[in-house]
Amino acid sequence: MPRGKSSRRPEKTEAMPILVDKDTKVICQGFTGKNGTFHSEQAITYGTKMVGGVSPGKGGARHLGLPVYDTVARARAATGAEASVVYVPPPGAADAICEAIDAEIPLIVCITEGIPVADMIKVKRALCGSKSRLIGPNCPGVMTAGECKIGIMPGNIFKPGSVGIVSRSGTLTYEAVYQTTREGLGQTTAVGIGGDPVKGADFIEVLEMFLADDATKSIIMIGEIGGSSEEDAAQFIAGETKRGRNKPVVGFIAGRTAPPGRRMGHAGAIIAGGKGGAEDKIAAMLAAGIHVSPSPARLGKTLADVLRG
Amino acid sequence: MNIHEYQAKTVLKEFGVPMLRGTPVLRTADAAATALELGGPVWVVKSQIHAGGRGKGTFKEKEAGGKGGVRIAKSVAEVENFVREMLGRTLVTEQTGPAGKQVNRIYLEEGANIVKEFYLSLLVDRSAGRVAFVVSTEGGMDIEEVARHMPDRIASFIVDPATGIMPHHGRMVVNVLGLTGGVAQQAEKLTSQLYAAFVAKDMAMLEINPLIVSAEGQLKCLDTKISFDDNALYRHPEIAALRDETEEDAKEIEASKNDLNYIALSGTIGCMVNGAGLAMATMDIIKLYGAEPANFLDVGGGATKDKVAEAFKIITVDPKVRGILVNIFGGIMKCDIIAEGVVAAVKETGLEVPLVVRLEGTNVELGKKIIARSGLNVITADDLDDAARKIVAAAGKD
Repeated sequence: MPRGKSSRRPEKTEAMPILVDKDTKVICQGFTGKNGTFHSEQAITYGTKMVGGVSPGKGGARHLGLPVYDTVARARAATGAEASVVYVPPPGAADAICEAIDAEIPLIVCITEGIPVADMIKVKRALCGSKSRLIGPNCPGVMTAGECKIGIMPGNIFKPGSVGIVSRSGTLTYEAVYQTTREGLGQTTAVGIGGDPVKGADFIEVLEMFLADDATKSIIMIGEIGGSSEEDAAQFIAGETKRGRNKPVVGFIAGRTAPPGRRMGHAGAIIAGGKGGAEDKIAAMLAAGIHVSPSPARLGKTLADVLRG
Repeated sequence: MNIHEYQAKTVLKEFGVPMLRGTPVLRTADAAATALELGGPVWVVKSQIHAGGRGKGTFKEKEAGGKGGVRIAKSVAEVENFVREMLGRTLVTEQTGPAGKQVNRIYLEEGANIVKEFYLSLLVDRSAGRVAFVVSTEGGMDIEEVARHMPDRIASFIVDPATGIMPHHGRMVVNVLGLTGGVAQQAEKLTSQLYAAFVAKDMAMLEINPLIVSAEGQLKCLDTKISFDDNALYRHPEIAALRDETEEDAKEIEASKNDLNYIALSGTIGCMVNGAGLAMATMDIIKLYGAEPANFLDVGGGATKDKVAEAFKIITVDPKVRGILVNIFGGIMKCDIIAEGVVAAVKETGLEVPLVVRLEGTNVELGKKIIARSGLNVITADDLDDAARKIVAAAGKD
């Protein structure tokens, strides 16, 4: 993902498919830890271009056949890394993300679950005006089928194809991937944006990339209760459709049966103050021309039916 | 995590936030002495439960005297009487549900001559990713009602974390509330105190409703509600210690000790799922097929065989459960771990209701083999749709 010198953010439309491909050089923060090790191994096996990792105090060592660096800045200088995946545990995760921002890593993907909201408020501020884009935290990562696996998504369910998938939920991302593979459609890229209330990229940023990407012919968008990101995204889709940028979108909202005031696992999944309920989100999606699947088991089928007309 | 009003007031006092004087009362025997210490001549006797609407609430028991959960007393004897009536009784408010909550603690506070009532709260604005203030001249009311009927009476602003709270934020609050003189100065100070407390203690929500001006020209927080960011409790042991387990569901406490996300619901189909989104979607699809979920349960990604077994037991001990659906799409979570945990739990506690298992993803073949070899009476399912249909057929619709 090359960057123009004058741009403050990584260019949004250069990479095909979106965000990552087979040439994206990836490092791992928290490389020598249990999760970092396991998932880096999986990523390498999948064919991801892993070029090294960061574990403070272990610089100079080798791990999984790759160099280990003490700092992200050193890793970036030595490897030319364009993306970093963060597996650092919650107390140090925000610091790790900010270190990657300071090192001007264009794409940071944070898998860590359980980061305090106050820490993410600082991270979000640090992203302003930076050269980095953050995906997550508390997300399954980013995966371009057949090319690059960043994060924890199971590689074997993917199949290169034409559907772009964006989701707030990890395991529902897998459902969408699995079902589109079974329908024979396959995927371009799947992006898990994560279930936290304060996070990096939201639906609109990812939808914009999918609309701009020629390889992506249709989109599945999976939201859940809490907040108003889905409503904002639906409005964005409606606006783009009016301007003539139109791709079929299938949507799903998890949590129709969730009681108000109870936090459903994800820190962000809560119906509070009468806002964030599933029905409002579904209504907003339908109004934007999004095909809402009534069941989480029919994401692929609904899309296949739409495409067949 | 939520705490009681009196605990919230203690937390805020550390930051200099102005409060009325008050003391918690846990036993009727302490009521008179506490009342004498506060002095009177008017006391407010407040039930402490984790739910709003206490003043307008009603007690289930006749012995509670037919008044609400917050009462004004004009003598020590009356204080004592109110405490006796309320302690141990069940208070039902619009937020507790029809079952109500048992009152185990009372907060006794000095009375105040209220001239004006305002609303002030702090929370995290998700889209901005910043701490927001919500301010309204309409205090003592349900803020959602104010938002619906008088949206122009509510103002909101966000604070840049790079600068933190600044004097102009205080002037904003003063301006919205239309304050002048000494009260204006107090409000400016309060604004920065509340922000400091919110950030220092990792709060998720801090609500003062009402914030009052007394006849003496003093700004005071009359009622205070705080909830904390669960993810940050590890760095606040003093806050974690305030947790009142009697306010929570016993099964939920057991689950949280095992790092499981469990929420008790009212239906009959027990669910064990990995991932919050899939867990919610599983509840949704059960409902779609005409039954109701008995719980939300996310076993997470890093669960061990033992934790899976614990999770399974939490579901099976629930007497409402008429059938169980295990739905796993392994990513980090491996299907064989789930299978081993389920088999171990069933061998230990037995299984008297139908069990449908759907496994997909990491190590799925291994997981299916473990289930097949166990000899357990398990109904297997190919996908989510199949699984939901089978469990509802086996357990029956509601």
